[in-house]
Amino acid sequence: MKSVVCIKQVPDSAAKVVVEGGQVTWGDAPLVLNPWDEYAVEAALVQNEAHGGEVIAISMGGESAKEALKTALAMGCHQAILISDAALVGADSQAIARVLAAAIKKIGDVDLAFFGRQAIDGDMGVTYAQTARLLGWPVLSYVSVIHEVDAAARKVKVERSIEEGRQIVESKLPAVLSVSKDIGEPRYPSFMGIRKASRAEIPTWSLSDLGIEPPASVVRWPEIMNPPTREITTEMISGESPQEIAEKLVEKILEEKVL
Amino acid sequence: MMSEAKILIYIDQFQGHALPTSWELFGAAQSIQAQMGGSVLAIALGSGSQAVAQEAFHYGAEQAFFCAASSLEDYRPEPYATQISKLAREQGVSVLLFPTTTRGRELASLCSIDLGSGVMPDAIALEVNDGRIVATRPVYAGKLLSKAVCQVDPQIITIRVRAFKAPAADASRSGSPISLDAAMSDAEILTRVEGYSAAQAGVSLTDASVIVSGGRGVSNNPSLTPPSGLDEKQAEVWRAQQGFNLIRDLASVLGGAVGASRAAVDAGYIPYEHQVGQTGKVVSPDLYIACGISGAIQHQAGMRSSKVIVAINKDAEAPIFKLARFGVVGDLFTLVPALTEAFRKRLGK
Ligand SMILES: Cc1cc2nc3c(=O)[nH]c(=O)nc-3n(C[C@H](O)[C@H](O)[C@H](O)COP(=O)(O)OP(=O)(O)OC[C@H]3O[C@@H](n4cnc5c(N)ncnc54)[C@H](O)[C@@H]3O)c2cc1C
Ligand SMILES: Nc1ncnc2c1ncn2[C@@H]1O[C@H](COP(=O)(O)O)[C@@H](O)[C@H]1O
Repeated sequence: MKSVVCIKQVPDSAAKVVVEGGQVTWGDAPLVLNPWDEYAVEAALVQNEAHGGEVIAISMGGESAKEALKTALAMGCHQAILISDAALVGADSQAIARVLAAAIKKIGDVDLAFFGRQAIDGDMGVTYAQTARLLGWPVLSYVSVIHEVDAAARKVKVERSIEEGRQIVESKLPAVLSVSKDIGEPRYPSFMGIRKASRAEIPTWSLSDLGIEPPASVVRWPEIMNPPTREITTEMISGESPQEIAEKLVEKILEEKVL
Repeated sequence: MMSEAKILIYIDQFQGHALPTSWELFGAAQSIQAQMGGSVLAIALGSGSQAVAQEAFHYGAEQAFFCAASSLEDYRPEPYATQISKLAREQGVSVLLFPTTTRGRELASLCSIDLGSGVMPDAIALEVNDGRIVATRPVYAGKLLSKAVCQVDPQIITIRVRAFKAPAADASRSGSPISLDAAMSDAEILTRVEGYSAAQAGVSLTDASVIVSGGRGVSNNPSLTPPSGLDEKQAEVWRAQQGFNLIRDLASVLGGAVGASRAAVDAGYIPYEHQVGQTGKVVSPDLYIACGISGAIQHQAGMRSSKVIVAINKDAEAPIFKLARFGVVGDLFTLVPALTEAFRKRLGK
């Protein structure tokens, strides 16, 4: 079985992100593998352990994204490919999806393409479905459990989280899978894995390697800003007993007219 | 002359019941109409969609479409998106609105490819500038806000739950929903729905106007004696479940939902469905009561836009107090039951 995992490099979730002089900055916080994509890597590796074959991590981004690819290699992915091209700076999600779809086609014979739920920088959560549509493959999103992959019968059965609970779906292969946190805690890179990853050669594909023209972006971001500071005056409630505190607090909350 | 908007709203529904947030899209549509005029169409798909389409008239739809063909009986993204894209093309819509639900986000993405456009997901505000919609959306887990503009039509937007108010339903407004033919046959669809397992009963977190959340702090009530025969981890989970019962009692008196921190979820105290935060649900209730939660930045990402935040924590230095309108430094095991009792008395329940 051949799987691709699409991963993105993002600022760490604990980073203090602010806009300074119109530019987004996160100080000296590290760039990391998008946390949701760690779950995608985990899911791909678990299937690989069960069915063999290979797992190829791909990322579209700048040279630094190789670090995120190395994390994926250290976790156990077999190959990593960076897709990088000056023409892709500022690309919107559907343009990224066109590039990822082209890369998945170039890799060839892919059974499953794993994605995270969303990238924690742009918080879009759309790229996996757009990629699936471009490939003409079914999209299985918010996947919590992979019950069965049958590469020979070209089938996969999953459980998806929806507002109302879980939906159990069987799909033809190839398919795009976007996983949720329920899929299982991502493994830590092993010591051996880290050593292997540090020596790995990560090839870079340009748009001409993919054989496509730079895709046009249609969504623009004319402005990015710090949210208006909320003036919160915290009022601490105290009292002689829990009952007294509770009664005071109830009155205060009722005065806010939110109930 | 500025062209008018032709807005198509996707009403997200499950087995004949619209998700309440779907109606909020009519509030969003009104705000667009107020600035550029135009008309509002609605579409609902799947079993029960005719009644849902009927209901759309009450909220201001001028035309409502539905398709309850057997191939659409269960939600499947491919045929649903194909159906919506086809109608959007036929009607020449310039704006396509979806709720930010699991289905809405995914359908918006698929339709964006069908219609040669892009998506502006999870908008919390809309304005019109030079005849184009400018959507404001939180990025970096709400640490920043970004404005987004789509340069081609249809402008596809998903609207965050509770960002807009649903107009009051007016039963005197009505019409006849138009039935659509299925755009894809069953044979063309590559997936099959085998069934469902239901979520835990209770108020849905994202729709809730009141949320009471528990964190790691709910697990350490020293005055409880766990049943014998439990190992240390089981005893901890047992204690935590007693703690979450107190949280649940308070939520139930307030008609609210139960949330949790990731620490509580990862420790096995409560299922992931309840997790609030960056890798859980993003919520913005009118009232959020955090009990035994320290307020890590990833937790804040999920609840910071709540209207009134109340924090109960025994550590006066906990970061959660910085967000809180009201704070109590103390033991949640005595304070939460007292609060439940006080609300019960005061609200006459
Ligand atoms: C990539 C990533 C994603 C993450 N996503 C999320 C997410 O989606 N949601 C999330 O919540 N976290 C998330 N986290 C984890 C986050 O960093 C914190 O670890 C977590 O929120 C801590 O949960 P907590 O507040 O319950 O636990 P703690 O930080 O341990 O806090 C427990 C609090 O309970 C108080 N307490 C203890 N006993 C009592 C008592 N008897 N009465 C009153 N107070 C008491 C303590 O004073 C303390 O403040 C994420 C982390 C990472 C790295
Ligand atoms: N530049 C990228 N390179 C590779 N994969 C990506 C990229 N951007 C997004 N993805 C994948 O698409 C998912 C959803 O991203 P987004 O739509 O940007 O929130 C992520 O979790 C990744 O799996």
